[in-house]
Amino acid sequence: MSWADILQILPQQLVFGLALGTVYGLIALGYTMVYGILFMINFAHGEIFMIGAYLGWWVFALLLQAKVGGLHPAWVLPLMLVHAMVGAGILGVCLERFAYRPLYLRGATRLGPLISAVGASIFLQNAVMLTQGARMKVYMTSLLFPWSWRIQVAGVSISALVLVMTASAILMMWGLHLLVQRTTLGRSIRAVAEDREMAAIMGVNVRRVIAATFFLGSALGGAGGVLVGLYYTQIDFFMGYSAGLKAFTAAVLGGIGNIHGAMLGGIVLGLVESLAVTFINPAYKDVVAFAILILTLVFRPSGILGESVPESEKV
Amino acid sequence: MLSLTDVVTHYGPIRVLKSVTLEVRAGEIVCLLGGNASGKSTTMKTILGVVRPTAGRVEFEDQRIDGLPTESIVRRGISLVPEARRIFGRMTVWENLAMGAYTRRAAPPGELAEDRERVYALFPRLEERATQLGGTLSGGEQQMLAIGRALMARPRLLLMDEPSMGLAPVLVDQVFDIIQTINRQGTTILVVEQNATVALSIASRGYVLQNGRIVVHDTAEALLRADHIRRAYLGEEGER
Repeated sequence: MSWADILQILPQQLVFGLALGTVYGLIALGYTMVYGILFMINFAHGEIFMIGAYLGWWVFALLLQAKVGGLHPAWVLPLMLVHAMVGAGILGVCLERFAYRPLYLRGATRLGPLISAVGASIFLQNAVMLTQGARMKVYMTSLLFPWSWRIQVAGVSISALVLVMTASAILMMWGLHLLVQRTTLGRSIRAVAEDREMAAIMGVNVRRVIAATFFLGSALGGAGGVLVGLYYTQIDFFMGYSAGLKAFTAAVLGGIGNIHGAMLGGIVLGLVESLAVTFINPAYKDVVAFAILILTLVFRPSGILGESVPESEKV
Repeated sequence: MLSLTDVVTHYGPIRVLKSVTLEVRAGEIVCLLGGNASGKSTTMKTILGVVRPTAGRVEFEDQRIDGLPTESIVRRGISLVPEARRIFGRMTVWENLAMGAYTRRAAPPGELAEDRERVYALFPRLEERATQLGGTLSGGEQQMLAIGRALMARPRLLLMDEPSMGLAPVLVDQVFDIIQTINRQGTTILVVEQNATVALSIASRGYVLQNGRIVVHDTAEALLRADHIRRAYLGEEGER
């Protein structure tokens, strides 16, 4: 490839990278919020994302089956997103209630809930495989976002799907930011993350705040599942594994526990991946992503925006 | 107003409070003295329900509160200025005060604004720094914030755990002046201290806690005069 070729495809790749990056960021929020409050990595978050993709697909498939006319993304997409978010949110709350809380309440080591999360991840994968089959489900994205819907900006062709996907992800992050910074619930989440006992002394119901955190993080992960499903048009029970790892990388890169870090980490990761696709070889996309994870952990474990790791132990 | 009767509290297998009986009457300032690891902070946490007593009763305004969740104890009108202040360092001063009013989040905003004004009147410094992060305040300012935060809950009983800790002597006097002001405005106060002289000078009565037991109980004046008690139980020479 000559430099001229590269320069020609680079802007296009950066647009893809940005779009995918915001979605990585969206999923990464689930990891980082749970870590911020419980100091544990919810390894089942990738599966929550995958189930979100199925929940969104299910709405779409039902609408198609019922031969509902006038499938316009303006109302179908919100419906898919809300369904996936509520379902994934409830799933996240159940995971916390039944797979993690019994462990951390009994004062188990930090390893306990972590292993339970790995177990929950395997369980959910297999549950979906058994009930939904191992074959891929197809998102009929082109019925919602026809290929002809695209705009040209400075020689870059951007499809409506990519625009909507990026906009929804950014909108949800903005919503979360407002919720965390401006509302009483957000303040109590931050208070519990900073000093759980003091938050309780202020009268905060800590368990409820932890449950709310799981709901929010999981709901965003579920929404991410729908967006990724629409983007790649195919979903299967195993999709949460690699997407989960990518989002985890984004969370670590941005500084785990830091909400803005997760957003930034996602976007940086998406952009770097798109650069790798352009300059190296598309086959090395994942290699680059995980090289970033390793390099971050070795040279700056606290991430881009992270503060130094606190001494206090939680869970 | 508040009474503890034969309260026993365990941390795991360790019996931290062996038998604590004390009473605080409405309008009083009572101080609970004791050296390191005598169980002072545990007494505070037991009253607030952060740890549950394994035996005995805690009553507040003639109702049993032991076994209740912290949230509902705070809502009944008890709040705490904790040891080492423990303000939320990553939140602004304004937000810290909002956290203090957490149990009153359904209250009309006008009422909360009023309380905020009252706190600012006590501590003008906090108003100046309202948008600053708690972690950037000086030690004295953080103590003011911790007190202001506790007042935002409109407590009828204010628990204070070592308010003099880590403060310069000038600030210690200021803090105790403010404790008296708060008391005169109608809040009953139970203050835990190692600094016996200062604490007793503003209190009406005092209890001495040693190894999880109340060993002495008397009026503040009597305790101030009884040098031998201070020497025996508090490990001090009457001056710090």
